[in-house]
Amino acid sequence: MPVVNMRVNGNAVSGEVEARTLLVQFLREDLRLTGTHVGCDTSQCGACVVHVNGKSIKSCTMLALMADGCEVTTIEGLASGTELHPMQQAFMDNHGLQCGFCTPGMVMTALEIVNRNGKGVDERTVRKELEGNICRCTGYHNIVKSVIAGAKAMEG
Amino acid sequence: MAENGIGVSVRRKEDKRFLIGKGNYTDDINIVGQTYAVFVRSPHAHATINSIDTTDAAKSPGVVAVFTGDELAADGIAPLICGVTVTSDDGEPHRAPAHPALAQGKVNYVGDHVAIVIAESLAQARDAAEKVDVDYGLLPAVTDTGSAADSGQQQIHEAAPNNICFNWPLGDKQAVAAAFASAHKISKLDLINNRMVTNPMEPRAALGEYNTGTEEITLHVTTQNPHVHRLVLSAFNQLAPEHKLRVIGPDVGGGFGAKIFIYAEELVVGWACRKVNRPVKWTADRTEAFLADAHGRDHVTSAEMALDENGKFLAMRVMTKANLGAYLSTFSTMVPSYLYAFLLAGQYTTPLIYSEVKAVFTNTAPVDASRGAGRPEATYLVERLVNIAAADMGRDPVEIRRRNFIPVDAFPYQTPVVQCYDSGDYHAALDKALVLADYENFPARAEQAKSRGLRRGIGLSTYVEACGIAPSAAVGQLGAGVGLWESAQVRFNPTGNVQVFTGAHSHGQGHETTFAQLVTELLGVPFEDIEVIHGDTAKTQFGMGTYGSRSLAVGGVAIAKACEKLIAKGKKIAAHALEAAEGDIEFADGNFTIAGTDKAMNIAEVAFNAYVPHSYPEDLEPGFDENAFFDPMNFSFPAGTHICEVEVDPETGVVEIVKYSAVDDFGKLINPMIVAGQVHGGITHGVGQALLEGCRYDSEGQLVTASFMDYAMPRADNVPSFDLDYAPTNPPHNPLGVKGCGEAGAIGAPPAVINAITNALGIKHIDMPATPENVWRAAQGPA
Repeated sequence: MPVVNMRVNGNAVSGEVEARTLLVQFLREDLRLTGTHVGCDTSQCGACVVHVNGKSIKSCTMLALMADGCEVTTIEGLASGTELHPMQQAFMDNHGLQCGFCTPGMVMTALEIVNRNGKGVDERTVRKELEGNICRCTGYHNIVKSVIAGAKAMEG
Repeated sequence: MAENGIGVSVRRKEDKRFLIGKGNYTDDINIVGQTYAVFVRSPHAHATINSIDTTDAAKSPGVVAVFTGDELAADGIAPLICGVTVTSDDGEPHRAPAHPALAQGKVNYVGDHVAIVIAESLAQARDAAEKVDVDYGLLPAVTDTGSAADSGQQQIHEAAPNNICFNWPLGDKQAVAAAFASAHKISKLDLINNRMVTNPMEPRAALGEYNTGTEEITLHVTTQNPHVHRLVLSAFNQLAPEHKLRVIGPDVGGGFGAKIFIYAEELVVGWACRKVNRPVKWTADRTEAFLADAHGRDHVTSAEMALDENGKFLAMRVMTKANLGAYLSTFSTMVPSYLYAFLLAGQYTTPLIYSEVKAVFTNTAPVDASRGAGRPEATYLVERLVNIAAADMGRDPVEIRRRNFIPVDAFPYQTPVVQCYDSGDYHAALDKALVLADYENFPARAEQAKSRGLRRGIGLSTYVEACGIAPSAAVGQLGAGVGLWESAQVRFNPTGNVQVFTGAHSHGQGHETTFAQLVTELLGVPFEDIEVIHGDTAKTQFGMGTYGSRSLAVGGVAIAKACEKLIAKGKKIAAHALEAAEGDIEFADGNFTIAGTDKAMNIAEVAFNAYVPHSYPEDLEPGFDENAFFDPMNFSFPAGTHICEVEVDPETGVVEIVKYSAVDDFGKLINPMIVAGQVHGGITHGVGQALLEGCRYDSEGQLVTASFMDYAMPRADNVPSFDLDYAPTNPPHNPLGVKGCGEAGAIGAPPAVINAITNALGIKHIDMPATPENVWRAAQGPA
């Protein structure tokens, strides 16, 4: 079986994978980083969003082998020690999560939204750019608030 | 008020683990030596099975076992059950065809379970499943709700002639007919309540493990009610004796009803792990969720309202056909009956109501409770019909509602459809909502929209629902096989911190926070010293779980009662320790004090004392750990006014919700932040039903909306931010004064949205989902 090498959350990792192994399977099954979730099989729901070389991607739509040599960040890689990343903290402060299943993908997408649009991003833009992430619990109201608040907090 | 007690928007205890990727959902759990299961599902809606050849599959690389219904039945595993009996109009119980967990000679919907393939890896199991050769004999499919019971239709089950599960009348048919005969005006409405797929974001999963030493099966499963799962799997399906079956519902990624039920996959995985003596994991992919999760709604209804010359409602008549799918899911029969017709009075004094529900079988996935369950269907019907009646009478929709509201001094109010409403002030909620929505200035906004080529509409719904499910005596009388009390255990550890065991189950609702707020308020223990534990039959006492907005209204009261017992016990202990009379001990803010003195013991000190009882008299029992069960005396009846404002682009049919205001009566709020979150989610679920979500089978029974690409879920840009407020009343039956809030949004929203669209377009009715195509067609006027 082919071997894949990548850095995940700053750590060099390597593993033998079947060619058909998806990145999300490699993260969840081989590395046991189960914070990244699978909510669908058509790249629609965004529960599996991680960052590859600084860009958000749906890890259910990328083969593990395609990430060979890449820098991957998952939800587990955001907090520094016990301190939450400002975006994670904003989700907690604004009740931006309920069951928690879509949350890792939402937070990873939120960071991409800030990267692309800056820290003063407005509600309309946030709603438009969250389009690839589905949440059944929150009605998005508090997720949108969280993203805007998290973006602001990332300034400081 | 305690620092983090009742009424405070405390940040949630559960959030940290979810935010750092340390949630523990069923598919996150891995056991050494685990195997992976894939189900072979029927590709046909209706067919006999002539043969199943598993030879090639069994030889496929990595395969551990392949099982069909024969092996399952040979081991004495019994079919799935429906736990609520509805008596049909012929006096017989509803027709209940056998529901085998793996097919017995016939399949009845696309996705029906035919075989299980177990292999060393998921990929190997999938490969092998492709090699199971099933020879089907195709039969015509029945998929249409409205015509399923028509004469000449293909019969699905021998046990259910004409595909009818039950005919269920409610009310005085003759009296209603007489009221209609003398009415000033009769308003009519035919509508479809669109079928929905509940779609919690975490797909269902099960992980079974058998311990040959203890002969115990441990089943991790995506459940809203672990003890109910264990009870049914044990008592009815014969999986294992109850004490040899441990069911764990770990973190569960949303439920909304879809994870109440005891499904085929869970039973088969539990059985198979013992059969192969290896842990077996199954996780649904999203297409399987679409195919084989229980769906919701799916009614076809004709309704009429009789009015007098003043616009007073005299009588209502409702004829509904409800689709139950191919088999009866666990609680399916009660949804279009008791949870539906009992709510047809709405907020109104309509004195006479007659309804008939014909529940039918079709070759589609089973239909059962989905957020709101029956109450959204009732509310949508009533609130649409009221708007049509207003138009027929030339009256304002607000005015006709006011005219017919149950007045505030009429509570408790006995409706003509069984339910007795506990408390409510419908005028207060309406008044507040009209202000919140700036209803008065709507005409100016509509005018302004016109200048932009858009048609602006406003619609309201004044809903009432029944939750806090449910008084055991009431549901027992109605044919439920269970009681619907809830349990709690509040345990002090010797060091003074507290573990709260609840029979409820949190899958997004935030019980770990809300219940801890309750305990900090009642016992004065610091919030951070309280841990709420749920979801594991080996840890918690028997409990009924979470659905029907019952966790706080029923389970919360059980916790409060356990706290009361602790206070009573603590008084005895403090009296002994402080050498005082028990009657002189007072409890407040976490301290037991001798009245009129400064001699006191903190509750943590009392707990320690209770576990170190060196000098206790014979009649003082050691330990500081109490349990309680609470059975409510009535349902609770949240109510409110939701007002939706839309802009419709007549050129494209696109509907934008530009403003949404809701004023709800949930009684007392424990954590307003969490309550608002429940309302936001519920409204968006309802907006999904109104604008986007429509589950469709074609005439051959193929599910054509089996992925998120074909079934439109509400996304962030489909909804606005919401304006919420509350108009609470005090429900006299509930000791905490709470009503429940989890489903209200999904109940209130659909008619508010459709009433806004019909207002914008000046049309009588449009069926849900009001997709751009449907709206565009309606905007073109009559063909």
